[in-house]
Amino acid sequence: MSEFITPFYGGVLIGAAALLMLLANGRILGVSGIVGGILNSSTRNQSWRFYFVVGLLAGGVLESFGNPSVFAFTISRSWVAIVVAGLLVGYGARLGNGCTSGHGICGVSRLSRRSTLATILFIATGAAVVFVINHLLGGQI
Amino acid sequence: MNRWMAFLCGLNFAVGLCIAGMTQPGKITGFLDFAGNWDPSLLFVMAGAILVYSVGFRMAVKMPKPLFENEFQIPPVRSVDKKLVFGSILFGAGWGLAGFCPGPGIVSLVSLRPEPFLFVISMVAGMWIFEKTQTR
Repeated sequence: MSEFITPFYGGVLIGAAALLMLLANGRILGVSGIVGGILNSSTRNQSWRFYFVVGLLAGGVLESFGNPSVFAFTISRSWVAIVVAGLLVGYGARLGNGCTSGHGICGVSRLSRRSTLATILFIATGAAVVFVINHLLGGQI
Repeated sequence: MNRWMAFLCGLNFAVGLCIAGMTQPGKITGFLDFAGNWDPSLLFVMAGAILVYSVGFRMAVKMPKPLFENEFQIPPVRSVDKKLVFGSILFGAGWGLAGFCPGPGIVSLVSLRPEPFLFVISMVAGMWIFEKTQTR
């Protein structure tokens, strides 16, 4: 049972964080937009973006003491694959105007057609890539 | 814009991601492996987050303004365009390839393991390439 309740509870906290961003600062919580905005020279008033990123790291530090198993993962991916993945995720999220948080959670909740399509597309392509890796390449790349 | 609220949002978000198991790339690739040993965790994470946010969003935007800003900045309704479609396809390919998306990638930096660093550095590079190649 906890295998369903724990992720659900984590999701509730994620939703609450996104809601806090809306209530307090009136913004959509989209990680790629917040980080990407730091690189965009035309964006004014940058400092809150750094505070958000430091908050992410602080939350990670808290969890690494309270619950170290969350970072004890195994990754069956080569460094080349991870670099290619990072480039695709960074470029793709900015081109598509959002990622799993902004589109997948906030946008889907708002019933945005763009975000819903984006979410369907990235789950579908993600699944296609995982299919190739796990079922055609033996689980490693 | 209240900076400490932004900090708190980041902290709250990261704790949620960790509890949800989303800092573990295997949970993401497990969810995306519909033809194999499917891990439904991400579905429950999405359900919890969307439940809270969809109810909360509708209540929040009825407020005259957010607590620390003069107005809400909600993306306007726009039509689907090629950028959205291609961007989301590229994003999905990268997400499936490593099992990291931007939030969990950044949070996982605190593990001090090499993979999150490689991922986040190349992700920022990808964002930078986008900024430099964009036609305004």
